[in-house]
Amino acid sequence: MSEHAVELVRVDKHFGTVVAVDTVSLSIRNGEFYSLLGPSGCGKTTTLRLIAGFEMPTAGQVYIDGELQGETPPYRRPVNTVFQNYALFPHMSVFQNVAFGLEMRHVSKEVIQHSVFEVLEMVQLPGMERRRPGQLSGGQQQRVALARALVNHPKVLLLDEPLGALDLKLRKAMQLELKALQERVGITFIYVTHDQEEALTMSDRIAVMNKGQVLQIGTPEEIYERPASRFVADFIGETNFLEGKVAAVRNGEVAVEIGDALLVYAPLERDAVVGDTVVIAVRPEKISLSTTPEDPRALPGVVREVVYVGTDTRYLAELAGQVTVMVREQNLAEETARRLSAGTAVYVCWQPQSARLLRG
Amino acid sequence: MKRERQLKGRRGRWLRHILTAHGLVSYIFLYFPIVVLVVFSFNASRYASAWRGFTLEWYVSLLQDAAIGAALKNSLIVAGGSTVISTVFGTMVALAMERYDFSGKLAFDSLLYLPIIIPDIVMAVMLLIFFVLAHAQLGLVTIIISHVAFNISFVAVVVRARLAYFDLSLEEAAQDLYANEWQTFARVTLPLIMPGILGGALLAFTLSIDDFVITFFTSGPGSSTLPLRIYSMVKLGVTPEINALSSFMLIVSMLLVLLSFVLRKGGEGEIEIV
Repeated sequence: MSEHAVELVRVDKHFGTVVAVDTVSLSIRNGEFYSLLGPSGCGKTTTLRLIAGFEMPTAGQVYIDGELQGETPPYRRPVNTVFQNYALFPHMSVFQNVAFGLEMRHVSKEVIQHSVFEVLEMVQLPGMERRRPGQLSGGQQQRVALARALVNHPKVLLLDEPLGALDLKLRKAMQLELKALQERVGITFIYVTHDQEEALTMSDRIAVMNKGQVLQIGTPEEIYERPASRFVADFIGETNFLEGKVAAVRNGEVAVEIGDALLVYAPLERDAVVGDTVVIAVRPEKISLSTTPEDPRALPGVVREVVYVGTDTRYLAELAGQVTVMVREQNLAEETARRLSAGTAVYVCWQPQSARLLRG
Repeated sequence: MKRERQLKGRRGRWLRHILTAHGLVSYIFLYFPIVVLVVFSFNASRYASAWRGFTLEWYVSLLQDAAIGAALKNSLIVAGGSTVISTVFGTMVALAMERYDFSGKLAFDSLLYLPIIIPDIVMAVMLLIFFVLAHAQLGLVTIIISHVAFNISFVAVVVRARLAYFDLSLEEAAQDLYANEWQTFARVTLPLIMPGILGGALLAFTLSIDDFVITFFTSGPGSSTLPLRIYSMVKLGVTPEINALSSFMLIVSMLLVLLSFVLRKGGEGEIEIV
């Protein structure tokens, strides 16, 4: 058994003149919950289809369980797919749908019977065997699609935005259920989504894609806390971008001048010399506001807007009349809650290590 | 909405009465001859001038008429044969046109519809010239070939309409579940487009069984079909047997239409499920 369930080596996929997938290399470990995350049209679904065998790469290699796939058709690949629209066979019962893969591999009738009932139990759909897909709700169809793939015990399960058609509440519940299921069966999941929150919640690792390229691969924490590019920082969560020029580099720290004489600091995580145009990214929840200058590096500003959003309060603070930053403050117990009002003069402050230095 | 409002009031009521009358007259114009035909097929009199009581005599004499029996047999052979052949080829054409891109597809697509729009008489003459040039002996075989020639187009159109709504991810799902191309076709594609194929087959059968012009030009001695037989009988005057035969064909074609309606209904149910 190979260490990697799936490996893509410098894979390209062109449709005519359109480059859908551009030199993508991925190494997906056995048992991993791996997400391909990106906006629509970023090439994530095409990448998944290259693994499933519905598309053949224009260049590069696809390995599944250490074996080069080449032109291997989908029906000879040890992977199964949960389709975005479920693609359940409308003319077959739930039982026939789930049994389809086993039947094609000539598994005996008794084993099929047993396996189908077992997997329907696992996805919490017992007693639905005789129904037609059209008689099921969206959530139930989703479970049938999952059962139909899982019953084959594939090396890798490919999921193409499987929760996209469900309403928010059900989607949240299914996210946790899917994750728990994946841990239980131990099958490698490759999960395509455009929902960054979904990817962060479920994944062991995430590959962020845009315009056919993989921009960053890492754990949810790495992707969120240390985005490698402005696109990643912007796509995942909310971020303040402060553009400026490097004013000083010392002690592994960089000072950046944004606007007129406003200095912000960030760890020196990449090469930068004085005069470089750079961007500093700071998450809104890492910024604090205080009415007194507790930190010498705090920047004076004014609260411009206050928005109460239940779990927290969002402030828009203007720094020295030049740059506006968003700040998120968690709403704690009511008696300790403090709400600043618009127009209040404040000091805006964050730990230098929570700021990221990105290329401009 | 606006029209409904206009129809209210006294003037509107008048208009509605006129429209109702117009509708009734149209229906009478369309269906009265058919009703007369069916009624007189049970008339005891030989002549259509008066009603002389109920009889099944003409239907009995139909059954005993050897020439009509032979014509019916020919009709069934032609309709059955041409339906089977054109359904198979028409379905293949529909699949090729919906699923594949090939050079000359657009030209082929336009040519495919030609038999539908071309006048029957032109097609009949064209086929006759073809058979004469090919030194083919006119008979049941040439009639079947001719019927296949126009039926393929009708079947292809009906099946294509069904294929246009086909969700391709269903075939991908089958292949993802280890079904090869043939298994995918047999287990997923074919069952799902079957209502379309059966609908096309029924249409082909109906068109074939009552075709006159093309059959007339491409038939030979001893290969008369029912419509040809009726035509030669009418030349000697309209007899109650003809009324009975026409009523019989009317019932058969109505049953066929009903069947195709039921099939299409079943098909739509499946589309809803998708």
